[in-house]
Amino acid sequence: MNLLVKNGRVVDPARNIDTVTDILIRDGKIRSIGKADRADAPQFDATGLIVAPGFFDIHVHLREPGTEEAETIATGGAAAVAGGFVAVAAMPNTKPPNDNPSITSYIVSEARRSSPALVFPIGAITKEQKGETLAEIGEMVEAGIAGISDDGKPVMDGRLFRRALEYAQLFDLPVIQHCEDLHLSKGGVMHEGAMSARLGLKGIPSAAEDTMVSRDLILAEVTGGKYHVAHLSTRRAVEMVRAAKAQGMKITAEVTPHHFTLTDAAVAEYDTNAKMNPPLRSQDDVDALRAGVADGTIDVIASDHAPHHINLKMLEFDRAPFGITGLETTVGLALTQLKLPLPRAIEMLSLNAQKIMRVTPWGIFEGSEAHLTILDLSRQWKFDVNQSRSKSRNSPFHGWELKGKAVGTIVGGKVVYEDS
Amino acid sequence: MKRKDLLGIQELTQEEILEILDTAETLQEISTRPIKKVPTLRGKTVINLFFEASTRTRTSFEIAGKRLSADVVNVSASTSSVSKGETLIDTAKTLDAMAADCVVIRHSSSGAPHTIARLTKARVINAGDGAHEHPTQALLDALTIRQRKGRLNGLKVAIVGDIAHSRVARSNAHLLTKCGSHVWLCSAPTLMPVGWHELVKENCEFLHRTHSMEEALEGADVVMMLRVQFERMDESFFPSVREYFRYYGLTRAKVERAKPEAIIMHPGPMNRGVEIATDVADGPFSVILDQVSAGVAVRMAILFLMLGGQSS
Repeated sequence: MNLLVKNGRVVDPARNIDTVTDILIRDGKIRSIGKADRADAPQFDATGLIVAPGFFDIHVHLREPGTEEAETIATGGAAAVAGGFVAVAAMPNTKPPNDNPSITSYIVSEARRSSPALVFPIGAITKEQKGETLAEIGEMVEAGIAGISDDGKPVMDGRLFRRALEYAQLFDLPVIQHCEDLHLSKGGVMHEGAMSARLGLKGIPSAAEDTMVSRDLILAEVTGGKYHVAHLSTRRAVEMVRAAKAQGMKITAEVTPHHFTLTDAAVAEYDTNAKMNPPLRSQDDVDALRAGVADGTIDVIASDHAPHHINLKMLEFDRAPFGITGLETTVGLALTQLKLPLPRAIEMLSLNAQKIMRVTPWGIFEGSEAHLTILDLSRQWKFDVNQSRSKSRNSPFHGWELKGKAVGTIVGGKVVYEDS
Repeated sequence: MKRKDLLGIQELTQEEILEILDTAETLQEISTRPIKKVPTLRGKTVINLFFEASTRTRTSFEIAGKRLSADVVNVSASTSSVSKGETLIDTAKTLDAMAADCVVIRHSSSGAPHTIARLTKARVINAGDGAHEHPTQALLDALTIRQRKGRLNGLKVAIVGDIAHSRVARSNAHLLTKCGSHVWLCSAPTLMPVGWHELVKENCEFLHRTHSMEEALEGADVVMMLRVQFERMDESFFPSVREYFRYYGLTRAKVERAKPEAIIMHPGPMNRGVEIATDVADGPFSVILDQVSAGVAVRMAILFLMLGGQSS
């Protein structure tokens, strides 16, 4: 694929680049960075726009195989590029779960066939995500996984989780934990607090997350494993991660846009699109998450894109499944809500994500795969869930006014999304 | 009644509450007549949609509707209808298509009546949703208290039992604090919801908590006992029925702490010997059967205010 990205403000903090220039792409790779005038390559006019290393959402549920009525690799991939992501990491809780190399291979090959975005599968830590014995992690690495997690089903057995942290070091794989003590959270459907008391809904206490993060940090220290905390939601968990990093531990942490944007007040009318796990928590937790983003405690922003068919979200609040879509709103919410300096936003949406996962890094350098996200920071837009590329419609952000949007997504030198 | 639905006490004003109670008092007389029926709601259709077993509340609504000449239809819906492919929303739309004027809903999921109310033209009355609210219970309790005590303000009301899982406790806490009475929530720490102090939005200073039944009952004007659900024992909210009764069962000795003319209430059905001793339940200060009579009057009042006056 040949392409000339003209006259954009090219920003890559990892390479100390921030300049208005052109990027010439040849055969899917960056050939040169600098003013160029090539009539023989198609052009992408990036005048007035930001050209950044392609964004990478490391926490996504694509639902294929098994729940294709909610999402497929093709539709999830389309939603990803429409949201500015050149790549996603796909959580293993498919049906059957991605706990063996044949499922991994299926996802990889189906993604090549049908997804405009790159898809990096995440393998299960344990067989069938049951938390009993290790899955064939090495076999899955050979097939193409970029990390392991039993997402949604935290590994409750401390001994087994320790083994996972140890074994994964063989492959430099991140071990990603959805931190939730399942005994403490049992039956809960929203954050435990005044709102759950008033609504008469069973609460998920912050302690369910905090005790698990605490245990995991100790195990990560003992093993020296490559530990990543998915979707932080509580103040105390942020503080523990901050303290662990201050000690020099090589751990990483993630936050979702909904956790830094919304509180449990969104549940007030029993809106099932405000039901997710971890739950929306208090304003104090939101403040702590934003502080964690600001001071670098939190490394990445990821969507936890969790599509569900509308039939399931139409159920009673306590019966509806957890999760919301997020691929198309993550960048807009991050830019609108957090007011991050641009280099920091690019780190959190791309560079740090690449460092955490087991992937070949890309960026603004000669020879890199040409994966680019083009941003219009001044674009005012309104999210319309009915225009979503996702197969599902379960977003609490329908109708939200956002500022800043990905207007172009380039994967391997090919313009896979353009919003002019 | 201006609002379309009656979903909870939380959103009602004191004026709305008093309007219902005053109306109920005027309608109470109908139930004492030899012919207990007036034609007020002739031609109106009320559907009792109960997703959860209930004899008392369903019968009370049915009698209330029939005394006002409404056509009352009972539908016992299974919450497992989901597995048959019919969602709550389909059920609601189906009933709406049958031109029901009012749907009375009991459901084990908090918020289910709110979902139905949003999607139907029919007026919706919440007859108890999960652990959220049971507004008609709180209103009938208030009517009972007002008729016994002459007022709803300045009283000390002890609510004792499983506060965490009780919609009766929530609705009563909203109503009584709105009216200016002090509510003492009393339970074991395991059965007190986190965030109890923000359970009510206004008049927070009227809401108190204690784990001591003695403290809750000291000088109380009203003692409201809640039903214990035995399945809570399996979840270790309390160790045994025996131990529960020891600390939170209402006995004569404990009643002594309340004011001499204090009244004893229970939403029913009672577990005798678990949360309330038989001699107390059947004793002179028990108003448990008055509550049942008040229930019919309050529900007649609500149906009248919602459905009456707009026809012909």
